[in-house]
Amino acid sequence: MKQLVTGDEAAAIAAKLARVKVISAYPITPQTIIVERLAEFVADGELDAEYIKVESEHSALSACLGSAAVGARTFTATSSQGLMLMSEILFVASGMRLPIVMANANRSLSAPLSIWCDQQDSVAVRDCGWIQLYCENNQEVLDSTIQAFRIAEESLLPVMVCFDGYILSHTAEPVEIPEQAEVDKFLPPYKYPYLLDPEKPITMGAVGVPEYYEEFRYMLQEAVLKSKEKIIEVGQAFGRQFGRKSDLIECYRSDDADVILLTMGSLSGSVKEVIDEYRGHDERVGLVKVRAFRPFPEKELVDSLAHAKAIAVLEKDFSPGSTGALFSDLSGTFVNSRKSPLLLNFICGLGGRDVSSLQIREATKAAMEAAKIGEVKKTVRWLGLRETMVGLKP
Amino acid sequence: MKLPPSTIILKPGNSEQNETGSWRSLKPVVDAEKCNGCGLCWLYCPEPAITKGKPVVIDYRYCKGCGICANECPVKAIVMVEEGQK
Repeated sequence: MKQLVTGDEAAAIAAKLARVKVISAYPITPQTIIVERLAEFVADGELDAEYIKVESEHSALSACLGSAAVGARTFTATSSQGLMLMSEILFVASGMRLPIVMANANRSLSAPLSIWCDQQDSVAVRDCGWIQLYCENNQEVLDSTIQAFRIAEESLLPVMVCFDGYILSHTAEPVEIPEQAEVDKFLPPYKYPYLLDPEKPITMGAVGVPEYYEEFRYMLQEAVLKSKEKIIEVGQAFGRQFGRKSDLIECYRSDDADVILLTMGSLSGSVKEVIDEYRGHDERVGLVKVRAFRPFPEKELVDSLAHAKAIAVLEKDFSPGSTGALFSDLSGTFVNSRKSPLLLNFICGLGGRDVSSLQIREATKAAMEAAKIGEVKKTVRWLGLRETMVGLKP
Repeated sequence: MKLPPSTIILKPGNSEQNETGSWRSLKPVVDAEKCNGCGLCWLYCPEPAITKGKPVVIDYRYCKGCGICANECPVKAIVMVEEGQK
């Protein structure tokens, strides 16, 4: 049945359909609706779960460690500063291999204080050992959140489902809500293999002395790399059952494209519109959307981008003193590849600034120009930057 | 030895394998004459490295020399002596 829901509501409904047993979260804009809806579901008896009230995000995720360790399907949600406050526990969750699912409504980081969208928050914790999935629309928020539980439980890894604050979190779209019985079939109850049980004592989260630490970190690396197969497998199984399949990346009119734009999240929708315009003028332009940022789909990106002449990476984050994170990961991917297209980076949409079709065309034109002359004149550019304000122009 | 996928130790009771006595710089020495066997030191020892009795017996393989026993002893039967000293 189709319902008009916001991205936050889609995440809450997905968690309810997944029959989560424990929710521990702290409200933060623009994620608050998720925890409000879930609190309502529990209070109204629609969802049989423990809703643990906590005093901070640090405590929220800490409580999730405990509930995941006793084998309860566990969900949390946060955003921006909240994710930063969780950051210490993020690494513990992945290191302990606890299959927690989190919804992160992407919001910029302070300072300057901003409640609006960019992807700096989740990108800043890309190294925390969580699987990160980025959503283009509210349907993907729902689908990816349901899939995230199965990916997490079958990989023994926590999964972060990221979607753009306000652009998705507070915007209502028609979303196909699956039947509970269908979701039950897709997501049966699970059993954590290393249960924390007073009857059978074990030690969890033990010290990793130098003789062991490296091995545990290697195993985490292998697990996250291997989760690529699981993300594909679960995405296909979801497609068979619900008619909407998911993958690590999505290619849109890119097979024969000379210039390909690379994005994550809701920006992909706007880029598709611009691509269609170019295609209407017989310009060979396409889009590749990164859904799984971690594990990074290296092979898939090389396979789908290597034939192009130039790639424009548009992203709502940057690493001060370096480039955008997606761009630097992509550059690394092509280092040992026999053939690499020219790579351009466009930082855009920071702190909730709209990315217009004009700006997307500006990036596309720059990539076309690079493709034509065979070189990149300027690697990193900021779209929509008001140059007089920063002293670049008088 | 294949490790479990997380820092999980599946077999309980393995802390016995880790003899922590070498950490000690101060060593508790029991005066058998003064000890009244009340067991307070046994109760407070965090290791636990004390066996109840009159006098109590300290297991120096595990005693880290924290000195809680000497501090708690109501009859001052335990004194902390620097390691290597008589």
